[in-house]
Amino acid sequence: MPRRETPEINGGSMADIAFLLLIFFLVTTTMNVDTGIARKLPPMPDEEQLEKQEDVKIKERNLFVVLINKNDQLLVEGELMPVRDLKDEAIEFILNENNKKDLPLKEEEYIPELGKTVMVPQGVISLQNDRGTSYGKYIAVQNEIVAAYNEIREDVAYEYFGKSFEDLTEEQEMGIRKLYTQRISEAEPKNIGGK
Amino acid sequence: MAVIKKKKKRAAPGISTASLPDIVFMLLFFFMVATTMREVELKVQVPASSLPEATEIKKLEKKSLVSYIYVGKPKPAFQAMYGSEPRIQINASFADVNDIREYIIAEREERDEDEIPYMTTSLKVHEDTKMGIVTDIKQELRKASALKINYSARERESEL
Repeated sequence: MPRRETPEINGGSMADIAFLLLIFFLVTTTMNVDTGIARKLPPMPDEEQLEKQEDVKIKERNLFVVLINKNDQLLVEGELMPVRDLKDEAIEFILNENNKKDLPLKEEEYIPELGKTVMVPQGVISLQNDRGTSYGKYIAVQNEIVAAYNEIREDVAYEYFGKSFEDLTEEQEMGIRKLYTQRISEAEPKNIGGK
Repeated sequence: MAVIKKKKKRAAPGISTASLPDIVFMLLFFFMVATTMREVELKVQVPASSLPEATEIKKLEKKSLVSYIYVGKPKPAFQAMYGSEPRIQINASFADVNDIREYIIAEREERDEDEIPYMTTSLKVHEDTKMGIVTDIKQELRKASALKINYSARERESEL
């Protein structure tokens, strides 16, 4: 019988297999990116300031009150409201397009980055929650308010610069930020609903 | 014309496996880069799926400047000792609200002075947690003047 050589296994496809694996993992691996809502807390007033400072009075028309109770119900300007309506309501309040008497006052201000004098609305969104409110609801409300501001800024960016807010230069961004500053006030929490 | 006749039967030449290590190393490096190791063992229940959902989320940049605070119910193994009410975890251990200030100060000391204003505190809180404990944490952070915070949230896919 002739001695036959055992044929070597073709290794040429090894690279293909390796690449296949590589691509598979590339697609399936989700890099663990931490995301979240970035916010800035107000600094703690020191005691001297506390004594001097009386409650800052803000006119009723400039205030947009959002209350969340311990059952996660939303009271917006005295009305029960689902979270999904909050954004539009907030946008209407911040912009006050028709200069209504019960919506915030606007003040003339020159913004150098925009190169002109504009009417800056003075509205403040006041957010109050109970100690019994769930964190999920709180974040949902925060998210809607931030979304309202972002939507307005996006619109204004197109209006002034014809670009998306994200594509603006830092200076242009500053200008729009000055025009629509996030004014969100979080009151000291109260424990109304009990534990 | 010279005709070179090919031999009819030639044994297939063995394919060099010299590149195999390259491939394996490539895979290895890829996973080394892509894998993020969890630095601390979580003692509270805050899986990624329990974080609240949001749309206006931003990526947390400069991970080295982020301090984490976890809030959630203790894991079953720790419930005998710590109960089932939501608790705070800092580093690898359970903590009290009063420990937060110390933690922030310790975190600051580890960083360069010029990096301190960019330090962020990431709050990883289970969405069913009551706001009471979160409010206490926020107050402590204000006292420690760690004002930049990030409410950890995941992307919302469905409509409200």
